[in-house]
Amino acid sequence: MSDEKKTGCYICKGCGIGERLNTSQMATIAEREARANIVREHDFLCSAEGVAMIQNDIDNEGVNHIAIVACSRRAKTEAFNFDGVAISRGNIREGVIWVRPDTDEAQETTQEMAEDYTRMAVFEVNAMNVPKPSGEAEGQTNILIVGGGLSGMTAAIEASKAGYKCTIVEKSGALGGHAAQAWKRIPQHAPYKDPEDTGIDEMIAAIEADPNIEVCLNSRVTRTSGAPGRFSADISTESGDTKTENFGAIIQASGYTDHDVSHIDKLGYGNADVITQAELEALAREANGGPIKRPSDGKEVANVVFIQCAGQRSDEEGHLPYCSGHCCLTSIKQAMYFKDQNPDIDTTILYDDLRTPGAGGEDFYRSGQDKQVIFTKGAVNQISSSGNGAKVNFKDRILDEDVEIEADLVVLATGMVPNSGVNIDEVPQDEPGQFEVSVDSILNLTYRQGKDVPQLKYGFSDSHFICFPYETRRTGIYTAGPVRRPMDDQQAIEDATGAALKAIQAAENAQLGRAAHPRSGDLSYPSFRREGCTQCKRCTVECPFGAIDEDEERYPKFNEGRCRRCGTCMGACPVRVISFENYSVDTIGQQIKNIDIPDEFDEKPRILVLACENDAYPALDMAGMAGVEYSAFARVIPVRCLGSTNLIWVTDALNSGYDGCVLMGCQKGENYQCHFVKGSEMAHYRMSKVDDTLQSLSLEPERVATYEVAITDIERAPQLINDMAETIERIGMSPFKF
Amino acid sequence: MSEIVASNETILVVGGGISGMTAALEAAECGKQVILLEKTPALGGRVSQLYRYFPKLCHPTCGLEINLRRVKANPNLRVLTMAEVTAVSGDAGNYSVKVRISPRYVNENCTACGECEKAVEAEFDDEFNYGLGKRKGAYLPHKMAFPQRYVIDPAIIGTADADKAKEACKYGAIDLDMQEQEIELTVGAIIWATGWRPYDAARIQPYGYDRIANVITSVEFERMADPYGPTGGKLLRPSDGKEAKDIAFIQCAGSRDRNHLKHCSRICCMASLKQSTYVTEKHGEDGKATIYYIDIRAIDRIDDFYRKVKENPNVSFIKSKVANIVEDKETGNPVLRGVDTEGYHRYENPHDLVVLAVGMEPSVPADAFPVDVEINEEGFIEASPDNGAVFAAGCSSDALDVNRAVQSATASALRAIQVINRAAGTEG
Repeated sequence: MSDEKKTGCYICKGCGIGERLNTSQMATIAEREARANIVREHDFLCSAEGVAMIQNDIDNEGVNHIAIVACSRRAKTEAFNFDGVAISRGNIREGVIWVRPDTDEAQETTQEMAEDYTRMAVFEVNAMNVPKPSGEAEGQTNILIVGGGLSGMTAAIEASKAGYKCTIVEKSGALGGHAAQAWKRIPQHAPYKDPEDTGIDEMIAAIEADPNIEVCLNSRVTRTSGAPGRFSADISTESGDTKTENFGAIIQASGYTDHDVSHIDKLGYGNADVITQAELEALAREANGGPIKRPSDGKEVANVVFIQCAGQRSDEEGHLPYCSGHCCLTSIKQAMYFKDQNPDIDTTILYDDLRTPGAGGEDFYRSGQDKQVIFTKGAVNQISSSGNGAKVNFKDRILDEDVEIEADLVVLATGMVPNSGVNIDEVPQDEPGQFEVSVDSILNLTYRQGKDVPQLKYGFSDSHFICFPYETRRTGIYTAGPVRRPMDDQQAIEDATGAALKAIQAAENAQLGRAAHPRSGDLSYPSFRREGCTQCKRCTVECPFGAIDEDEERYPKFNEGRCRRCGTCMGACPVRVISFENYSVDTIGQQIKNIDIPDEFDEKPRILVLACENDAYPALDMAGMAGVEYSAFARVIPVRCLGSTNLIWVTDALNSGYDGCVLMGCQKGENYQCHFVKGSEMAHYRMSKVDDTLQSLSLEPERVATYEVAITDIERAPQLINDMAETIERIGMSPFKF
Repeated sequence: MSEIVASNETILVVGGGISGMTAALEAAECGKQVILLEKTPALGGRVSQLYRYFPKLCHPTCGLEINLRRVKANPNLRVLTMAEVTAVSGDAGNYSVKVRISPRYVNENCTACGECEKAVEAEFDDEFNYGLGKRKGAYLPHKMAFPQRYVIDPAIIGTADADKAKEACKYGAIDLDMQEQEIELTVGAIIWATGWRPYDAARIQPYGYDRIANVITSVEFERMADPYGPTGGKLLRPSDGKEAKDIAFIQCAGSRDRNHLKHCSRICCMASLKQSTYVTEKHGEDGKATIYYIDIRAIDRIDDFYRKVKENPNVSFIKSKVANIVEDKETGNPVLRGVDTEGYHRYENPHDLVVLAVGMEPSVPADAFPVDVEINEEGFIEASPDNGAVFAAGCSSDALDVNRAVQSATASALRAIQVINRAAGTEG
């Protein structure tokens, strides 16, 4: 493609556009005002013929910038998909004729709306460049797996089966983790009746025999730098030897620690015959299929009580506030250790809610009932012991009375605490160039924002998203297994297999310079004008993904592979030196500046609407589809994330005579829905300071409003625009019309 | 239809719900060629019919928008709707799959302008709203339907309505002569993601779903709660259209029951807890929810949602499997009878409306699978080496919530890629 910019503007007359609007007037504007080189109208632009017309201009007329003025960018996306050119979409269907009444009265303002969207589309595309892959792209596809337990081993085996090399770094002297300490596992295959062999020995043997998998035992990761496709990790052994290797992606399968309940008095832990589920596994292994003996005096256990949710599911001091998910099935399995060996042993499971989901879970529960395991709904009052065995005093929820039973052995289901490393929100960060290894850290990232993956709730490194569970806030680093959320073995296997896919995907896409989720495939990346940068660090601080470090001279260092292309850095930059090829302060700024602003006495205000392209913009589209009307004075511009909103857009708009600005982002805070995590929050924060700007212009604060809008706000989003129109009617037109 | 190029390096994904879309996208975003089949006219599956997700109470259409953007942007992924697998032959790495494509009677010229819908008159039960509302004989399945293309109901073919639709279309998009097609695809691996359907509530006879107007299912209740659903977001009693304020939720309706579904459907407890928040959302202090349960299965980290709901004084919990429901003829109120097992108290409780938390059953009955796979007693696909390169994703493999279905789908994408990479002889 030649560097010379040649712009084509294509205006569709279909879907009633031709009947409702004077498209030839729009064409004239595109040509004379916006200076498009070629302007064409078409009765049915998305038809094969219409698309061929555009393609012909690309092939034979050298058109490389295309403004399509037709339906929403969300419609006919595949039809208007041309390779190697910059494309903008002016939305005159969902955004104009469908949100405006078809009346003579409304015609003039509706036409003006469409004319502005034509200008905006052409000026936007003229400010765009076609993104080329980042020069940073590199070719590592091997995967670093931190943690050699069930999750880590599964990830390695599954990645290797797809042909990828892996390195497992395990801090202990052996693979297998907690799973290797178990006598048997919960069954993973129909008929889900009996405990099964753990399968861990076979997995270890498979790993040892696999030339694709390298295992580093007694080792930790002491330094991780780089980005997807070019991570560099220091792997250090206990004895102090360190080697540095390069990786394409990372899986963090750092597992969990058993919850310590020794300080919860009522559980009686500390008495010899009150033990944890993990400790029972050790007794069962020792018994090796024979009778299990109690620790205090070696007596064969004739009576065992399992206490579910021991130190869990409560806000009381020392308790885990969550359910660990696996413990009900684990206790059933462990009760079977006794029953399968000797059906006469009494096994009681004291539970609050028995949680055995799915087909396998419920079958296994029924099998426990068939084997005469007793299930009692109750809550422990006190577990006590005078040496051997223990007494369990509990409130029987069915009989509604306090009951005491004596047992040879009491087993506590204590739950899982994630090994998620250091909490970067609490630990101060190292100064640039002053990296120090942390023994508590799992990854020892050299990232400016901290050494580990950010934690979500209760210390889990979970993704926040229901529909995108693998997305951490560190691109190319995927967490798997119980570090992510509490889970049983079978789920950890599934989870680790999925994480292996995500790691492979991240490494492959990094090689091609493509973004990871959710803008998967996006080739654009942020660049900055060094000479303009004031080293204020806002971009490094505000990036939701920790993508930006600082170089030796304290300038921002963009690690493109880590970037998700949300533009939050661009919005943060007070001196506007950050931009993407196809999305920049200018691509939006040009749209804002080039609409027609009628003078004050026309009583035609202009309202700038910046709408998140994933939620608010679709809501406005669907408003059009549903025939919900909104003010003809609105000019809506979709943004990648409200976090990319630079204050200059609002200031420029107000300076050039807009009467109001409405900003629509996603829900922020604890239950955030922002797909870029912090983007909407950052935008709201920045806009909370906009009053100063308004004051300096002597404008009323009501002229700028920032909202959280959901994709389902099909009536509310238009209403918010109309509210602004009413506000303007009330407080009057802007004095800044020239 | 243009010929579909596929080879033994292609992955076929059967089912376009959240699991199938995820599996297809994850594989395609690894650079693999993927064909995604969906039986209905649009992608999205059951989650697109949900008002909110638990535990965040966010809207599923938000994730759907992202996924649809990914679909539109990915040249490796081809979507075939109204398509069903009829037969599969071959082995891992080399399958031949017969696919039947039903006529939509609308071609790719469709701009979704909506003129055909305005022109036709006949109305049908709206599948998207589980029959609670009506749709026209020419329709867009829902506002976010992808492909964004209308459908002509086969029932109007040959009627005057069909001609009206055709006349109304200025773009030559309506083709009333469109015929059912059969195509054959060569693929290397198959991801089976046909999901679930709600258990037929009428079969739980003591609960009177087929006799008592004010006994509805959880999936119907979900549509009612949606402001763009059939009742405009109002929780209305089917008997008299009055707003229901005192609402009972019956857990394990058809699940954990040897007479119905043996398994626990996993999602229903969280779904009812979520739906109890709708009662508060719509009615504030006046709304009352009562949950009849065996065990509340708010598993793992999301147990905090259960604890939060328990703090609401207007939501109460009764540990009981409801024995039966009778209708109070005068008020139309369903009256629930049973024993509260915590203390063994008998109850006979009237409510305005009863919501049955119906279980998930696999969409494809065990005897109707067109492909030879190991299926367990509950009808879910078991992971087995005997399944060759057919991998279950999401609720084809077990009763799963969305989060776990997505994990499962992502894992299945890797399993399929392993086969494809072996077939291609590539080494990472």
